[in-house]
Amino acid sequence: MTKAMTGAKMVVQALIDQGVDVVFGYPGGAVLPIYDEIFQQNHIQHVLVRHEQGAVHAAEGYARATGKPGVALVTSGPGATNAVTGLTDALMDSIPIIVLTGQVPTFMIGSDAFQEADTVGITRPCTKHNWLVKETDKLASVMHEAFHIATSGRPGPVVIDIPKDVQFATGKYTEARQVETHYAPQVKGDMEMITELAKAMETAKRPVFYTGGGVINSGPAASQLLRELVAATGFPITSTLMGLGSYPASGDNWIGMLGMHGLYEANMAMHDCDLMINIGARFDDRITGRLDAFSPGSTKAHIDIDASSINKVIKVDIPILGDCAHVLEDLLNVWKSRGRKTDKENVTKWWHQINEWKKIDCLSFKQEGKVIKPQYALSRLEELTKKHDRYICTEVGQHQMWAAQYLGFEDPNRWMTSGGLGTMGYGFPASIGVQMGHPDALVINVAGEASWLMNMQELGTAMQYRLPVKQFILNNERLGMVRQWQELLHGERYSSSWSESLPDFVKLAEAFGAKGIICDNPDDLDDAIMEMINHDGPVLFDCLVEKHENCFPMIPSGKPHNEMLLGENADVANAIKSDGAVMV
Amino acid sequence: MSPLKIKKGATSHSAYELRPTFSDKEEQHTLAVLVENEPGVLARVIGLFSGRGYNIDSLTVAEVDHLGHRSRITIVTTGTPQIINQIKAQLGRIVDVHNVNDLTVEGPSVERELALFKVVGTGDHRIEAIRLADIFRANVVDSTLESFVFEITGTSEKIDAFAELMQPLGLEEIARTGVAALSRGSDT
Repeated sequence: MTKAMTGAKMVVQALIDQGVDVVFGYPGGAVLPIYDEIFQQNHIQHVLVRHEQGAVHAAEGYARATGKPGVALVTSGPGATNAVTGLTDALMDSIPIIVLTGQVPTFMIGSDAFQEADTVGITRPCTKHNWLVKETDKLASVMHEAFHIATSGRPGPVVIDIPKDVQFATGKYTEARQVETHYAPQVKGDMEMITELAKAMETAKRPVFYTGGGVINSGPAASQLLRELVAATGFPITSTLMGLGSYPASGDNWIGMLGMHGLYEANMAMHDCDLMINIGARFDDRITGRLDAFSPGSTKAHIDIDASSINKVIKVDIPILGDCAHVLEDLLNVWKSRGRKTDKENVTKWWHQINEWKKIDCLSFKQEGKVIKPQYALSRLEELTKKHDRYICTEVGQHQMWAAQYLGFEDPNRWMTSGGLGTMGYGFPASIGVQMGHPDALVINVAGEASWLMNMQELGTAMQYRLPVKQFILNNERLGMVRQWQELLHGERYSSSWSESLPDFVKLAEAFGAKGIICDNPDDLDDAIMEMINHDGPVLFDCLVEKHENCFPMIPSGKPHNEMLLGENADVANAIKSDGAVMV
Repeated sequence: MSPLKIKKGATSHSAYELRPTFSDKEEQHTLAVLVENEPGVLARVIGLFSGRGYNIDSLTVAEVDHLGHRSRITIVTTGTPQIINQIKAQLGRIVDVHNVNDLTVEGPSVERELALFKVVGTGDHRIEAIRLADIFRANVVDSTLESFVFEITGTSEKIDAFAELMQPLGLEEIARTGVAALSRGSDT
C-alpha cells in the first residue's frame, strides 16, 4: 500500500520508520515545512542546537555512543555549509549519520537565490553519498536508501538535499521494504585467506594484534569475538585511538594504545613483531610514522571492509576483505578446528620482551608542588569515575592524547573523539549527542580551553534540554599541541599559540545558568571532581594546569616506531629533522 | 540487517587484486566503469581523480542501457600498479558505480577512438592530405575548395600518427572522442 502525503511528512514518516528517536537541528526558511511536521508529532524529539556544526557533531556523538545512525536537520545555504566540518569529520572516522538539508525550491535552483548554495556539489567530497531530491515521489525511497548506505559497508555520512517545493508537494510514500538497492558490500572474508592467517598465527614467534575503529563500527559482536580470539591465542593487543574499548584496558593482553603518542611498549611491539594482524585499522600516518621503517620484519595481515584501505599505504601479505565480526568469527572457527596451535615457547619469550619495555613506564610523571599536572588531573578523573556508567568525549590536542593515555576503556562505544580530521570543537556537541542517547549515564567531555571555546554556544543546548554533561577543561591558557610543536620545530617561537582574554569559565557557566567549578590546587582536585560528578546538571570545570607541559611519549614526525621521545629528559630540540618537519 | 531489498547478484566477490604487486614502474590502464546514470555521477568520478591526485589521460562517458539506467565510463589512466589498484578500489567505493573492469589486465580488448580533423590548404598540400587520408582510411565528411574535414577511427596511436602527418599539410583543428573499449571474445 502506498500512501499519499507531503514531502515534509514523508521525511518525518521515514525517520519514524527507520527507528529514529532524536534529531539534532536548526530551523530556517528552506526547512520550515519539515519543522511544521515535527511540531505535529510525538515520536521524534528535536534538539535545537546553537550552530549547525554542533548539530552534526551531536549526531556523530549519538551515533558512536549508541551504535545507531545519527540524524541532523539544517536549512539551506549557511545551514548546509556550517554542516560541512561535521560531515568531513564523520567521513574520516566512518561514522554513520544522515544530514537533511533544506534547499531553495527547484525552480529557483541555479538563480543565486537567497540562502542558496550548491549543497550536493559542496558536500560531494565530504560524504559517502548524497542526493538532491527533485521529485516528491522519490523522497521516501531516497530516505530509506540513505539509512542503508550510511550504515552498511564502511559507514559514513550522507546528505539529502530537499528543495522546499518538494517538501510542500504531495507524493507517494514508499516503505523501506519496497526500496531496491544494488549497494551491498561484501561482509564475508575469503576462507583461503583466513586459513592462511590462521596458519601464520600458529607459527608466529612475535605476533601482535593491531586493532582500530572498524572493530567498534562492526558492532558489539566484533568486540566480543576479538576478546575471545585474544584470550584463546594469548597474543598481545594494541589499538589505535579510534579503537579504544574494543578490548578492555584492564585485559591481560592489553599493551596500550599505539601511534604518535602511543605507549612505548605498543610501538616497540609493532616495530619488532613478526606477525602483525591489523583488524579494522587503516595504517594512518599517526600510526605508521616513517613508512620505509614501519615494522620492517613482519608479515602483515589486514582485515578491512573497504578494499581501498588495503595496500593504500602499507603493502600487506594477507589481505582479507570483509566485516570484522564476520571475519573474526570465521578466523576463530578455523583456528580452533586446526587445533588451537601457537608457538608457546617463543610467544612467552615475546611477552618477556614486552614486559621489559613496559618497565620503562613511559606514562610516569611526578605531581610536585602546587600546580596541577594535566596527567595528574586525568589520573584522578579516571580513579573517581571509572566505576560509573561513563562515556568520554574529547576535543583535539594535548588533552585528547592524555585522555587516551590515562583513561581506561573497558567497552566499545564509550570513547568519542575526532581521530581522522582532528576537529577542535567536536567534543562538547558530541557529549550532548551522547547524553541524548544515554540520559542516565555520566558523560564527560575532556577538553582544552581553546577547543572548548570553538563550540561553547552549545551550553545553551545543554541547559535547554537539561543534559548534565560535564565539561572537564584542562586550562593551560595555551594551544598546547601547537605550542609543543613550535618548541620542537620552530625554535620556541610561540607564534599565536597562547590564549589571551580567556573568559572566567565559572561566570560563563553561570551566565547560561550552569554550574562552574574552578580548581588550581592538586589538594582540592578530588573534592572538586566529586562536586562535578554529583551535580545534577551541566558543569563547566575549569582545571588550571601546568602551562608548559609537553605530551609524551612521542614519535617525532619522520621517525620510526623505535625512535620515540620518552619524556622531559629527551633531546627535544633536535628531535625532528627537516624532512620530518614538512609533515603535520 | 538492512530492511531494504538487496538486488540478486549484487554481492559479488571482490574484483580487486588485493595481493600487492611491487613494481614502481608507471603503466597505462584502460578502465571500464559501469555506473548508474544519475546526475552527478561523472562529477563523483572526476572529483575522485582530482581530489586524490590521479591522472586522467582520456575519459569518455555515454548512456549504454536506457532501460537499465546505466552509463559506461571509459577511463585511460597512468600510475604505478599500487596506484592503479587504489584507483580501481576507490572507484568501486562510489555508491553509483556497479562495476569496475580493468581491460588492460583482464585479457585482450579492443580500443577505438574517433576523431575529426580540419585541414586547410590548396595545391600539393591538399592533394597529399587526401592521399594520406586514403591510406589511413579516413573519410571526408566536409569539403570546400580550400579545406577538408576528415573522420578517422582507430586506436589512439593511429590517430596520433595521422595528426603528426597532417600537421605540415595545414591541420587547423582536431576533435577527439576519447577511447571506447570492450573486452574481446564472448565474455562480458
